[in-house]
Amino acid sequence: MNAKTLFEKVWEQHQVVPETADTPAVLYIDLHLIHEVTSPQAFSLLRSQGLKVRRTDRTLATMDHSTPTDPNEVFGRVPIKVESAARQVKELEKNCREFGVELLGLGSEQRGIVHVIGPELGATQPGKTIVCGDSHTATHGAFGALAFGIGTTEVGHVLATQCLLQRRPKTLAVEVAGQLPAGVTAKDLILAIIGKIGVSGGTGHVIEYRGSAIEALSMDERMTVCNMSIEAGARAGMIAPDDTTFAYLQGRRFAPQGEAWSKAVAGWHNLKTDPGARFDRVVDLDAGKLEPMITYGTHPGMVVPISGTVPARADDAVHAKSLAYMGLNGGDKLIGKPVQVVFVGSCTNGRLSDLELAARVLKGKKVAPGVRTLIVPGSQQIKREAEARGLAKIFTDAGAEWRESGCSMCIGMNGDLVGKGQYAVSTSNRNFEGRQGTGARTLLASPATAAAAAVTGRIADPREFLA
Amino acid sequence: MQPIRHIESRTVVLPYTNIDTDQIIPARFLTTTTKEGLGKQAFTDWRYDSTGAPRADFVLNRPEASGCAILVAGRNFGCGSSREHAPWALLDYGFRAVISTEIADIFRNNSLKNGLLPIVIDETTHRWLLEHPGVQLRIDLESATLGLPDGTAVEFPIEAFARYCLLNGIDELGFLLQQSAAIERYEQAHA
Repeated sequence: MNAKTLFEKVWEQHQVVPETADTPAVLYIDLHLIHEVTSPQAFSLLRSQGLKVRRTDRTLATMDHSTPTDPNEVFGRVPIKVESAARQVKELEKNCREFGVELLGLGSEQRGIVHVIGPELGATQPGKTIVCGDSHTATHGAFGALAFGIGTTEVGHVLATQCLLQRRPKTLAVEVAGQLPAGVTAKDLILAIIGKIGVSGGTGHVIEYRGSAIEALSMDERMTVCNMSIEAGARAGMIAPDDTTFAYLQGRRFAPQGEAWSKAVAGWHNLKTDPGARFDRVVDLDAGKLEPMITYGTHPGMVVPISGTVPARADDAVHAKSLAYMGLNGGDKLIGKPVQVVFVGSCTNGRLSDLELAARVLKGKKVAPGVRTLIVPGSQQIKREAEARGLAKIFTDAGAEWRESGCSMCIGMNGDLVGKGQYAVSTSNRNFEGRQGTGARTLLASPATAAAAAVTGRIADPREFLA
Repeated sequence: MQPIRHIESRTVVLPYTNIDTDQIIPARFLTTTTKEGLGKQAFTDWRYDSTGAPRADFVLNRPEASGCAILVAGRNFGCGSSREHAPWALLDYGFRAVISTEIADIFRNNSLKNGLLPIVIDETTHRWLLEHPGVQLRIDLESATLGLPDGTAVEFPIEAFARYCLLNGIDELGFLLQQSAAIERYEQAHA
């Protein structure tokens, strides 16, 4: 038998029709996640062609991107301020009702960021194919699923046929040896990986993250790593499932129960790359040498260790344009730079362990004067747990804002914005120009680094606060 | 979709690498529920200042950019989010093709589904195009070649089925719906 990679196993199990020179593969999709921003035009297509949703039992909808995080707006005590967002919410409610799709809507206790609730509800499982009209769908690959983002036309294809036309991508192994040092998080690891392979280094590939440092990560941390695969250009990132994965999933709402659980786990044990299987490319990294990382530019590959300086690149007009936008100069030290906004949240770092890490830094301290600190749980379930464990009180006592779940300040379309020219240390995934608001200057980092910036009002080394 | 056989136009050049979908169309315009009318918001934060006035120094605001249907951009165009609003905005603005040395996966897929041609070419040709904005090009989809002003034709890769659909104005959804017997068999075997 041929030695196969994890990706090849999942791909081959989902080929309805294999690819030929003339036609792509018809790939079966096990789980289709839907949200309010990239689905309206797909439902319109179905309506115009008189089509139904083929498998409502494999389709799950929620709202997260354009929804407010202010409890008064979320629970209808005041109207949603962004009027067009309110229309999108209504439209998704109507589409789900009309087509029979389960919606975890604004008032639902199970609502949250689509990539947070899929795993939380146990809908995300090893070996599944999972798609969503969102590029951070790669998150679900942390469970050994093949998960990737699609456009709205393809959302329509999956709604109507539960299938996609796909060419088989190449494979890239990212081998991470050693163990992460204390105070260095999964976010720092993925930022370092992106810095190494570049923002288009994974284009055309599915990444498999492997090695001792990956195996040692919790599920929350694995999700943080896979989440940002797209920031390296790869549509999907995967990690082989193991006992950590199975322990996370057991007992969750959509996870198999009883006898079906044992049977499922037995099958999942085979979902790993066989010894001797070949990847198209391999990249190696030593986790033991990593430091906390922070971005300084306008894409996630513009990243340095926190103790570092902004790189100087004479004769590089694009680099100069980026630094001009950021208001930084080559040679500047990052530590000590004043910041005005801190955001902890998003599908990258809005899970419970991320909030716990931020709370370790913020406990008993105050947010520095003049710094707006917004802490947004990834889901309503995480919100309740954070409140039950006293994390929310640590945040509010420190002077941070504590909100309802959603994409919030990661994406400037729901009212949570960074002001023009302001520096924001953000645990989100993109530092593109204007991503967090027109003229906003984003510095991507871990929840620990973000919390350290909240306390000091400056970029600071989080390790000093985690001792 | 209308069949596409060839595109002839002058080029407009955005020489920056890694132009992401947040530049092509910022997220604040994604609260729409239709595909139409997004062209006026394409590259909006580069085209307009904070008062809404056009920035005279931005290439798309110069008179010679008017009517150009071919955008030549730096490496890794369209990186970032999966928003199909990006190709919708570019098409509505008037672009029919984007040329670069690398085009991000999801953006490329989305473009092909809407009739915006994502054309990846070699670095030498690309460098020449960056240095010669406004040249007249002819893209021939049948032969998958890019015709340069000196008469040379540079081949570009394009996925066979997407090309077939574009040449014939065929919707991929129709093809998928025809696979329903195979899909049913798969579902029965994996129930």
